[in-house]
Amino acid sequence: MPNSQLSRRSLLQGGAIIVGFTLSRALPAMAGTAPSKPVALDEVDSYLALERDGSAIIYSGKVDLGTGVRTALTQMAADELDLPLSRVRVIQGDTALTPDQGPTYGSLSIQNGGTQIRTAAATARRKLIQLASERLGTPMDALVTKDGRVAPAAGGEGIAYAELLKDGHFALKLDKDAPSKNPDDFSLVGKSVPRLDIPAKIYATFTYMQDVMLPGMLHGRVIRPPAIEARLTGVDEASVAGIPGLVKVVREGDFLGVVATSEWAAIKAAQKLSATWSKAETLPEQAKLWEHVRATPVVKEDTTSNVGDADGAMAQAARKLKATYDFAIHTHGSIGPSCAVAQPEGDALTVWTASQMTHALRTQLSAMFSLPPEKVRCIYVEGSGCYGRNGHEDAAADAAILARAVGKPVRVQWSRADEHGWDPKGPPTLIDLSAGLDDKGAVTAWSSQFHIPVGAAGTVPLVAATLAGLPHETALAPGNIVHNSAIPYGFPNVKTVCRRLATTPLRPSWIRTPGRMQNTFANEAFLDECAAAAGIDPLEYRLRSLNDPRGIEVLKRLAALAKWESRPSPKGEGKEAGGDVQTGRGLSYVKYELYRTYVAALAEVEVERSSGTIRAKRVFVVQDCGQIINPDGVRNQIEGNVIQTVSRVLKEEVMFDRSRVTSTDWASYPILTFPEVPEIVMELIDRPRDKPWGAGEPSAAVIPSAISNAVYDAIGLRLRSVPFTPEKVKTALQRT
Amino acid sequence: MGQSHSLTINGRSLSVSLDDPDTPLLYVLRNEVGLHGPRFGCGLGQCGSCTVHVDGQAVRSCVTPLSSLKPEAKIVTLEGLGTPEAPHPVQAAFVEEQAAQCGYCINGMIMTSAALLKDKPKPSEAEIRQALVGNLCRCGTHARIVRAVQRAAASL
Ligand code: FES
Ligand code: FES
Repeated sequence: MPNSQLSRRSLLQGGAIIVGFTLSRALPAMAGTAPSKPVALDEVDSYLALERDGSAIIYSGKVDLGTGVRTALTQMAADELDLPLSRVRVIQGDTALTPDQGPTYGSLSIQNGGTQIRTAAATARRKLIQLASERLGTPMDALVTKDGRVAPAAGGEGIAYAELLKDGHFALKLDKDAPSKNPDDFSLVGKSVPRLDIPAKIYATFTYMQDVMLPGMLHGRVIRPPAIEARLTGVDEASVAGIPGLVKVVREGDFLGVVATSEWAAIKAAQKLSATWSKAETLPEQAKLWEHVRATPVVKEDTTSNVGDADGAMAQAARKLKATYDFAIHTHGSIGPSCAVAQPEGDALTVWTASQMTHALRTQLSAMFSLPPEKVRCIYVEGSGCYGRNGHEDAAADAAILARAVGKPVRVQWSRADEHGWDPKGPPTLIDLSAGLDDKGAVTAWSSQFHIPVGAAGTVPLVAATLAGLPHETALAPGNIVHNSAIPYGFPNVKTVCRRLATTPLRPSWIRTPGRMQNTFANEAFLDECAAAAGIDPLEYRLRSLNDPRGIEVLKRLAALAKWESRPSPKGEGKEAGGDVQTGRGLSYVKYELYRTYVAALAEVEVERSSGTIRAKRVFVVQDCGQIINPDGVRNQIEGNVIQTVSRVLKEEVMFDRSRVTSTDWASYPILTFPEVPEIVMELIDRPRDKPWGAGEPSAAVIPSAISNAVYDAIGLRLRSVPFTPEKVKTALQRT
Repeated sequence: MGQSHSLTINGRSLSVSLDDPDTPLLYVLRNEVGLHGPRFGCGLGQCGSCTVHVDGQAVRSCVTPLSSLKPEAKIVTLEGLGTPEAPHPVQAAFVEEQAAQCGYCINGMIMTSAALLKDKPKPSEAEIRQALVGNLCRCGTHARIVRAVQRAAASL
């Protein structure tokens, strides 16, 4: 009995207890690929529609990745439209319904996506006032909007929005000059509105991607090669013949998968299927990773800043410092492995996906299967947090191949090993820095080279397309990792260069704060080395070279918040005075991408000399991201940034042998646990009259350097290699 | 058609028929019974996102074969713990503290904490952290989760 719905119903014999659950998780949208509404970026109707009952639907190309963006966008739209929160609903990331506002990354959802929606709402609101003005014979400036109605400012009932617009459509172009609300009149923006999704997540009524079920849906699993680039030489279908519920073994090129009527049958089949593969050893020796990176051919050099004459000034400097920093390969580590459901219908394909970029995914899938883009629809359903381009898109391609092979809807759930082994990785980063100081310790020359893969944030090749030999991209897409290689300080001679490498060991992509984290780590820790060499307090050292008032403000407020005691690092207690456990504090600063969100952070650490263990005890953060839409939402993001980055810095490194990733579970890739989580103290600077800037990533950028600087303060040892594992600390201590 | 198994889930008895009696409880709950509170995170007992209560104990359903459960075992999932109308104190506290980002791990956090508070209604902060040491969260919601458990304990 292959039909899962039928079989499920027949299996329940305990009375009429659970009847009706099967489709009670109704899907956000049903299949069908033709756009039923405008989606152009310059149309108001692309972003919003009024319903007959006067409520509004917002169509957002940016999606909530578990960060609270849906709530913040609802606040922005409801406030601009003067509707109560409960009468605004958001549809996200559906290629048939939402405008292509670009992928949800780079801390741009509010800054760009929200601003577009706000403009659409402001344009719509003006139109509603204009329509009411014509109906009431009252001038527009004598009318106000309130609670879904346009009414005379002088008083009176007014007219409900729904009565003003016949069919709910505006047929208007977006107008950047449509007057946006005065910040003094905001009633929702700037408030810690509780997140709209949280109750459903806590009472188990939320539909995650992993919960999507279609009638007649089958379950798929993939079997990845045991070595990257190994070829599939044989499959023994007899090895799984006895598994009840197995529907099909699907092989296309080196792509291998199974489809079954139940999830457990699919899992067993994937584990038992015996296949033979060619040998492949394409990865470098991990022990020699940095030599490998240094020897990788350079495709081009991007000079990200060039002020004065760095080489000349370096030669003249009274004192020179030189150091090399490196940052390990990281995985996204979503708690729920990637999942997708695909449904083929004739030559059309609908995919439910937790992709952060459904529009780009549609383009990739249409290329992969040689289908016209209008035949492919990608519908966003929130999954487990992804923090960048993880495996969601790849799972969608897997589901699509399997669904097309059996002509039925198929759900693919990656295993933990699929996720750890095959999600794209944050690439290894190697950074050389040198500085010249004058006789007073001031930096006169700053020069740095970043050894990082070529490419930007485009689309990451889909694993299934690559394995099956179907059309796919070949260019690397590690994210915009050159950002923050240049520095925010006004040194007289500066040259920062990114040497863009032709290759990198594992398929790269972006993970929260890509490049900005690694680059800021090196810059802010090396600056601390300069301050220590000069014997100057690290806060004072930064303030001397900063002339940006907002940057200065976050640093000064951090100093007050953390009760900064002015003195140079290290603390200098020495082994004898400090005993086995020594404490230190470290400071760091970033101006994100050198044009937006400002963050200053301070880490307090304990270092246990005997074991080499570093404990992050407390982290202080001060952030200025311009206008704050939802203060508690921003706090939640900062807490997440701090904790996730402490984990990355103290513990995380993807391990591999010559063939494949070997850290394929939580035992071999441990992350921070509850007892290790620091206390977090923060202060937000709100600027209601300014642009809202991103908050999802910037505070992660400062954590690695703050910890390195704190460890130096504690024990006088400079850690320049992430992660700061106990082994590295012990080795460094033994050298002193 | 496979064997029939009787179960008591969230106070109701029912029976399911499975081809493989060793099917982990997680897949039975999610796919046969339609309860999506418990979530698949690793299938290895390493992360806690699949946690349910079996006879009041927090158990990892991904590594609990159905055949290992006694027929009279009482299984409770997040759905059975409480509802918006009649919340369990831990659920109410998680909402109050806004203790979720993606929320994928939260099932395990709530089920593990609820079991802790039943045994130890007034745990210290260190005891809460220790009780949750095997529950992983990637979003970094830990600080809020600890505050929520403290709030729940205070409300008991
Ligand atoms: S899914 Fe059961 S412990 Fe991870
Ligand atoms: S809230 Fe996302 S994993 Fe915990």
